[in-house]
Amino acid sequence: MRVGKTEVVDTFAEAFGMWGARVIITADTKNWARAAAQSFTGFATSVIRCKCEAAVECEISDTDTPDLRPGISVLLFAMSEKDMSARLVERIGQCVMTCPTTACYNGLENGTTVPVGQRLRFFGDGHQIAKVVGGRKFWRIPIMGGEFLVDDVFGVQPAIGGGNLLMLGRSGRTALRAASGAADAMRDVAGVFLPFPQGVVGSGSKVGSRYKGMIASTNEAYCPTLRGRVENSALPEGIAAVYEVVVNGLDENALREAMRRGIQAAAERGVDYVSAGNYGGTLGQYKFHLYELLESN
Amino acid sequence: MHTELELTTAPEVPIEAECLSPAKIKGLSQSGIEHLAMMHGNRKVRVGDFFRVTGNGQSSLRLEGDLSRVKYIGAGMKEGEVRVNGSAGMHLGAGMSGGVIRVSGDASDWVGPEMSGGRIEVMGNAGHMVGSAYRGQRVGIMGGEILIHGNVKNELGSAMRRGLIAVGGQAGDFVGVNMRAGTIVVMGGMGIRAGAGMVRGSIISFEPVELLPTFTYSCWLRPTFLRFYLCHLGQSGFEIDDDHMGGRYRRYCGDSVEENRGEILVFDSR
Repeated sequence: MRVGKTEVVDTFAEAFGMWGARVIITADTKNWARAAAQSFTGFATSVIRCKCEAAVECEISDTDTPDLRPGISVLLFAMSEKDMSARLVERIGQCVMTCPTTACYNGLENGTTVPVGQRLRFFGDGHQIAKVVGGRKFWRIPIMGGEFLVDDVFGVQPAIGGGNLLMLGRSGRTALRAASGAADAMRDVAGVFLPFPQGVVGSGSKVGSRYKGMIASTNEAYCPTLRGRVENSALPEGIAAVYEVVVNGLDENALREAMRRGIQAAAERGVDYVSAGNYGGTLGQYKFHLYELLESN
Repeated sequence: MHTELELTTAPEVPIEAECLSPAKIKGLSQSGIEHLAMMHGNRKVRVGDFFRVTGNGQSSLRLEGDLSRVKYIGAGMKEGEVRVNGSAGMHLGAGMSGGVIRVSGDASDWVGPEMSGGRIEVMGNAGHMVGSAYRGQRVGIMGGEILIHGNVKNELGSAMRRGLIAVGGQAGDFVGVNMRAGTIVVMGGMGIRAGAGMVRGSIISFEPVELLPTFTYSCWLRPTFLRFYLCHLGQSGFEIDDDHMGGRYRRYCGDSVEENRGEILVFDSR
């Protein structure tokens, strides 16, 4: 199917089930909130090595945050409910609590909860104070900068990770411009995030490797330099670079909408091909057919 | 739908009306409600002797008239709503664990003693011992919220263990005496000996407070947690201005005759 000058390949993106949480970080100023969010979402591109995936969802004005200070909404996904608690405790404890003037709140009201503040409170070494207001329990942990405030529990819910689009270009610049444009368009959808740098992956991977202990390795089918070298190359002649946009979402509809917008944005930038990565449908529970996404517009 | 009871005969002496609670009247017919027993002084009387009842027993109860001599309204309630259009007598919501009581006028002494959940809201003033432990008991309220928009008298939140008590006006002496934990917010100033014997918990005052010498100044701060409480109270009809929301407070810890883990936060208008 062609969208403008772009050929959209008849294929699907394969995604899998994860668990997700929304974390609201506030601070006295927007800059400190951003600093905490940046630290919180660092080294969180892929569960393959980072144990979780995280990125900023959006900035929140000081009229809409729980404590009426400037805030940032961050999404964090991990592979299990148990992992969620561990990852949230690690990252809030090491990246948010350490950032001056911050506080950290649960941003998902429904669903299952996992302990976070009730584990972080031990940092208070016995001087921590529990407070309950309007049925919401949080902890005041005395710190050198004053107090750190954190919700006792955080909501988690089943989510979807691994939604993706591949941008194939006859020039690297075209492919990257399309991938960046797609990432920008996808990021505007509430409930999704793009865990890789600026939303774009320069070194997409396949599952497994010839080397023992490597659970993922380079996706040779999409490596331009290996065309002619490997038998399973998926690249048409003339493709110079492939960039992947990976997207995770709290629900299927958000992910579909993000991917649809991503395809449109890439096509507007004249990329040669838009494709998607999958494992033949054998690994993930979710399949996002690119044609169906476009037809649902 | 609600059940309405209008006070038609003013009691000469206080009535003890523990039956005026949604759990006690729910499912009863109008006649069944009229036959519920109350104590008028040392005499057993029926609801119908003093109230005109309209409707069958619902989980929402509306009481009309000057009920300042009617004690134990909403006592022990676990759910539902009691709305008093007028004033309420002593022991309002005693031992309640859920539901909501709203009083448009004043409430007498002992509002919400030993409550563990739910919410009591009084638009007028209240008497002594609001949210307090009964004499001889070591622990007062264990949870829930008591919101008094007017003034209160002495021993607000005595020995409270959990929950929130907020007063829009002034409070008398001994606010939070022997407090175990929980939060008290007083917006219009308070009398002497606030926090005497408090073990833990937070007392917040918008006005200067004469503190006991067993409280020690810690620092000033802009408490983030307080924003939650003030937002919550703002949504409940209290007037909270920006100065109090984001302003700085002087923190005193005490009472050092106990564990010294309590705090009194006094708004610093400078």
